[in-house]
Amino acid sequence: MKSVRIGAGQGFWGDSPFPALDVVRAGNVQYLACDALAELTLAILQKARQNDPAKGYVEDMFFNLLLRPCREKGIKILTNAGGINPRGAGRMVYELAQNMGLKGLKIAVITGDDIMPRLGELRALGVDLSDMENGEDISTIEDRILFANVYLGAKPMVDALEMGADVVVTGRTSDPAQFLAPMVFELGWRWDDWDRLAAGILLGHLMECSAQSTGGNFSGDWWNIPGMERIGYPVTEVYENGDAVLTKPEGTGGRVDLRTVKEQMLYEVHDPTAYITPDVIADFTAPLLEQAGPDQVRITGMRGKPRPDKLKVSIGYSDGWLGEAMIRYSWPDAMKKARKTEEIIRKQFTALGLHFEEILTEYIGYNSLSGPLAFGDGEDLNEVGLRIAVRTRNKQDAARMPRLLPPLALNGPPTASGAGGMPRPRELIGLWSALVPREEVEKQVKVELMEV
Amino acid sequence: MPRILLKELAHARSGDKGNTVNIGLFPYREDDYQLLKEKITAERVKEHFKGLVEGDVVRYEVPNIKAFNFVLRGALNGGASRSLRSDNLGKCFGANLLRMYVDID
Repeated sequence: MKSVRIGAGQGFWGDSPFPALDVVRAGNVQYLACDALAELTLAILQKARQNDPAKGYVEDMFFNLLLRPCREKGIKILTNAGGINPRGAGRMVYELAQNMGLKGLKIAVITGDDIMPRLGELRALGVDLSDMENGEDISTIEDRILFANVYLGAKPMVDALEMGADVVVTGRTSDPAQFLAPMVFELGWRWDDWDRLAAGILLGHLMECSAQSTGGNFSGDWWNIPGMERIGYPVTEVYENGDAVLTKPEGTGGRVDLRTVKEQMLYEVHDPTAYITPDVIADFTAPLLEQAGPDQVRITGMRGKPRPDKLKVSIGYSDGWLGEAMIRYSWPDAMKKARKTEEIIRKQFTALGLHFEEILTEYIGYNSLSGPLAFGDGEDLNEVGLRIAVRTRNKQDAARMPRLLPPLALNGPPTASGAGGMPRPRELIGLWSALVPREEVEKQVKVELMEV
Repeated sequence: MPRILLKELAHARSGDKGNTVNIGLFPYREDDYQLLKEKITAERVKEHFKGLVEGDVVRYEVPNIKAFNFVLRGALNGGASRSLRSDNLGKCFGANLLRMYVDID
């Protein structure tokens, strides 16, 4: 039966590029798909674009390291590194390939996911852009919108592959779509073959967070995962009928078994019977997973339902500022000292007339990652860090707050340490999700091809 | 009645979407699926996360892989890029669920 081998190269912007090189070297793959965009990545890229309109895409070392070996082996690359400026990313890849002398390399750029300039037009057409999470009307944020990008499906990427692209650069796409596209292209799946499309989406979902299906961030017996210093990223061999085996490159660390794969299977999933993507609604309660060999999990029997009529748009909006500061105290009575400092700081806020929308205090070493669920009272800890975070509409107040802490090294409870450094205020970005009619978006999607 | 930490029975991973966190819960032994189905209800999880989660909790069963998926709304102090918390991505919610005590009959 016909099959295709696809490897994962990246799980987020900031991921190590070396496991991708292992996939290229030893994964025996025809395609490498890289997911650079977490939900909040566009918020970061938007800030880069604010400072320089030519930016707004993911700038990292991936292409510098991967372009040549992929070209030599005929491996095609799909990536959403275009962020909110896919043309800028395409240009970067083009120039890089030109400098490397990779003549004839074809780079496709997909645009059309950015609907920010069209929000007014869509509302005039009667499209309801209320937030899916809380039902609020878009008018509450309309003057603060920073970006608005629709999750596109695999179709434009398949078009790009049909045009002969060696590198496909997109902006916002549904993360698993980058993995689905080469399956559709190579295996000739129809766009209404819901079960196979769903199989592709499940596999893409298992691969989009890189090592999270091969032993990374694994909450079970993580201490038994071998070779984490060179963990292997997932590689899948998918057959024409949608059955597949998930594995990782020979000679790499990590572990592919039912436990590591299952953890990723439900990662960031809501209703498992309806994992909604632009291309298909996948039913994660259908497939059978079984260990097929060492570091091999076989996945069969996937089911899907017809794709939705609407696509999800992710809208980011400016939502105030975060000011934060930290100070640490040692035994004895580390917790008591930290609590006393919190009390002092709160009194100073009042005295200085600093009004914040929200003040959050966390005790690092005690409850900063567990909040009210922390065990014990923290009274016998060797050391505690007090972290104060405030939410404000005003950047100056966010910048002013941390300045209150260093004086307490001399003016407050004893043993204060580590209050040096003044974290800069960070702009807070709210995310807003709404549904837009598919045809309104798809009519604007473009695939452009450049040849080096 | 013996009481043990859920950590002894299962592993869990959490992730974020907007202001919602999901937690996948996986019993180490498939035989414990039924036990967890009885003990780890949506109501109990909501109660467990009081102070961290403001909205509803829904539990989905995923019997083909002997797992549960919990969806916790209003869980992230506004969502990853507007949260004041250290764990702005909800990465530790899975571990925090495993702090729950389970009564074994």
